[in-house]
Amino acid sequence: MSDTPLLDEAEKGPWPSLVTEIKKTGFKGLLKIYELAYEDKVTHWTHGGMVGYPGYDAGVIGRLSDRHDILRDCHTIRMIQPAAWFYSTKKLRKLVEIWNKYSYGLMNFHGATGDFQLIGIETDKIEPFFDEVSKEHWDIGGSAGDFRTASCCIGPARCEMALIDTLDIYQTLMSDEEILNDMHRPRFPYKFKVKIAGCPTDCIAGVARADLLVVGTWRDNIKINQEEVRKYAEKGVDIGLIASKCPGNAMQWDGEELKIDNDNCMRCMFCLQKMSKALRPGDDRGATLVMGGRARGRYGAFLGWVLMPFIKLEKPYEELKDLIYKLIDWWDENGRTKERIGETIYRLGAGKFLKETGLKPHPAMVQAPRNNPFWFYWPGEVEE
Amino acid sequence: MALTMDELDFGPPDYKEMLPETLKRNYGKWIYHELIKPGVFKHVSSTGDEVYTVRSGQPKFIASSTVLKLCDLADKYCEGSLRFTSKHSIEWIVPKKDDVDKLIEELKKLGLPIGGTGNAMHSIVQCTGWVHCHTPATDAPGIAKAVYDELISYFQRDDLPARLNIAVSGCLNMCGAIHCSDIAVLGVHRRPPKVNDEVVSKACEIPTMIASCPTYAIKPNPKAKSIRIDANKCMYCGICYSICPGVPIADAKNDGVSIWVGGKVSNTRSGPAFSRLAVPYLPNNPPRWPEVVEVVKKIVETWASEAKPHERMGEWISRIGWPAFFDKTGLEFTDKHIDDYIFSIRDMRVGARIRGREMK
Repeated sequence: MSDTPLLDEAEKGPWPSLVTEIKKTGFKGLLKIYELAYEDKVTHWTHGGMVGYPGYDAGVIGRLSDRHDILRDCHTIRMIQPAAWFYSTKKLRKLVEIWNKYSYGLMNFHGATGDFQLIGIETDKIEPFFDEVSKEHWDIGGSAGDFRTASCCIGPARCEMALIDTLDIYQTLMSDEEILNDMHRPRFPYKFKVKIAGCPTDCIAGVARADLLVVGTWRDNIKINQEEVRKYAEKGVDIGLIASKCPGNAMQWDGEELKIDNDNCMRCMFCLQKMSKALRPGDDRGATLVMGGRARGRYGAFLGWVLMPFIKLEKPYEELKDLIYKLIDWWDENGRTKERIGETIYRLGAGKFLKETGLKPHPAMVQAPRNNPFWFYWPGEVEE
Repeated sequence: MALTMDELDFGPPDYKEMLPETLKRNYGKWIYHELIKPGVFKHVSSTGDEVYTVRSGQPKFIASSTVLKLCDLADKYCEGSLRFTSKHSIEWIVPKKDDVDKLIEELKKLGLPIGGTGNAMHSIVQCTGWVHCHTPATDAPGIAKAVYDELISYFQRDDLPARLNIAVSGCLNMCGAIHCSDIAVLGVHRRPPKVNDEVVSKACEIPTMIASCPTYAIKPNPKAKSIRIDANKCMYCGICYSICPGVPIADAKNDGVSIWVGGKVSNTRSGPAFSRLAVPYLPNNPPRWPEVVEVVKKIVETWASEAKPHERMGEWISRIGWPAFFDKTGLEFTDKHIDDYIFSIRDMRVGARIRGREMK
């Protein structure tokens, strides 16, 4: 009789099973705790208190089971992933070798924020593990109220739509001393997430969850190769249908020639994705900045909204970093515990946020101006 | 010996060390791509170079021994590099066209399904659930596995009306930001936490707990050096438990799963949108969650047969209207579906514009 009859059942079927993977590690304690959850229909994990590496106050998620007779401490380490989640096998093999020394070798590719997660380390092994893995230049990521590990799409490494160098921006931010200090030593009201998308397709899903989303875009014209457009049509691509889905009603197709009204193009990326050989984004490239997204929360979930419709982004991205800290400093001053920046702005008003950060209002920030007559004036704006 | 402060804070390894040679050589030079077959696409560079990307699913939690097998394949076919996507698929980037089918054969031997490209079901974003977390109301990986097993053919072919993003999260923390998915499966608690005064008084910061509660349901209880929870205000989000072990919320009898539909993150066509409530509660029924799988399958099949080309789940529902969605899927519309929380009034349909089919 198996020790884990319910998990054995979960192993069946064509999709590769994580239960099978846990079994391969020989981590019987974790497997048993997992089986108990299936028996009892509740989790058997509890808080793990403050654990971590000396000098770091974040990145290790303390975890204890509630059945110490089976397994006691079993923490997770969040490690900063390489840009766009590219791993050389050389680095990965070495990482595995070190991780196997200190654990059963269970790994999670990846956590929702982006870090790769190493699952199941005992408290006293965290220090020797990191001593060793840090020599391979693997650093610990963020947790709690801090600068979270950022993430970026594949960008110019393998995508023709990449309008900014997402990997380089990621690498620059994640190697910045001040940012790393704020990642490893939480001091913010809550988490701050930066995500970097190469184009408005937003493969990084930043609009749903980033406090600041940097989206590559362009402000000149889409480049059209009419010959290639006709070839797509010959191959059976319904170009009229694609044009009919254009959110800016900016496309016209007469069966011979495709016309795009670039002033009304909303940079949604749909036609470019469908005809990448025929349509190319323009050359005057930069980024749209979107801020304040988050899942659930005091006021419900927020989708990110436009902070700046277009900025130029030049190496070493000092302006971007300055802007990030302008946002953080204001939020750190005004935010309440467990309040993301979008919520602080919602509570206090965009007027106060813009006024105090010196950022400029822009009509592209809103779907429409306000529909009520209730607003404040700042001192000096009206006569005493 | 621990590292000194000077040695800390160094960040991730340089991506240039990680990229395969062909991608390094063609960095920023890609000009177009095309889908070759489900799970395989080709990118072409202005230098004339081409690469083929094979996308495979994965179990997400991986044994290190399996990681080494992945490395063997990447060494053999992918210039010693492999990549994960933001939705946790594995991308195998192959410079030689002839290697594509050989690699696919080897991936199949490892049990990794090929697909998740174009108009397919993409990989399911999921949290850690009961595998290794203290807050979930359900087991996201277990549900994801059960849904995958049932719908795997949609992962392997790409003839759906548009892409299909499914995500599963074990609790309202929504790790993975699942709230903008075509179908989101979300674990829900349905009873307020039980306060253990002794643990709260010893282990928790009471002001932080009070501040964390979205509905101001937590009040101080100075006599017990603890807190009390107003059951009329608590909506079971569990955020207090995530910061304090003294208010356990897991409840075997009442915890379960809700299902949400029609969200998306991309700016394409209709733009980003939240998922909306389709089913407020289904029971936790491990190890295979048949009730959840059945509803997800029903929604997918209804959309797949009724949506027009390029219509994501939410775009299809926008066109036909929510009454038709509930009608066609056979799901029940209840009081729980009408928002009574924050943005309620914005969700009401104003005026008297009713489709003909909505009056029948």
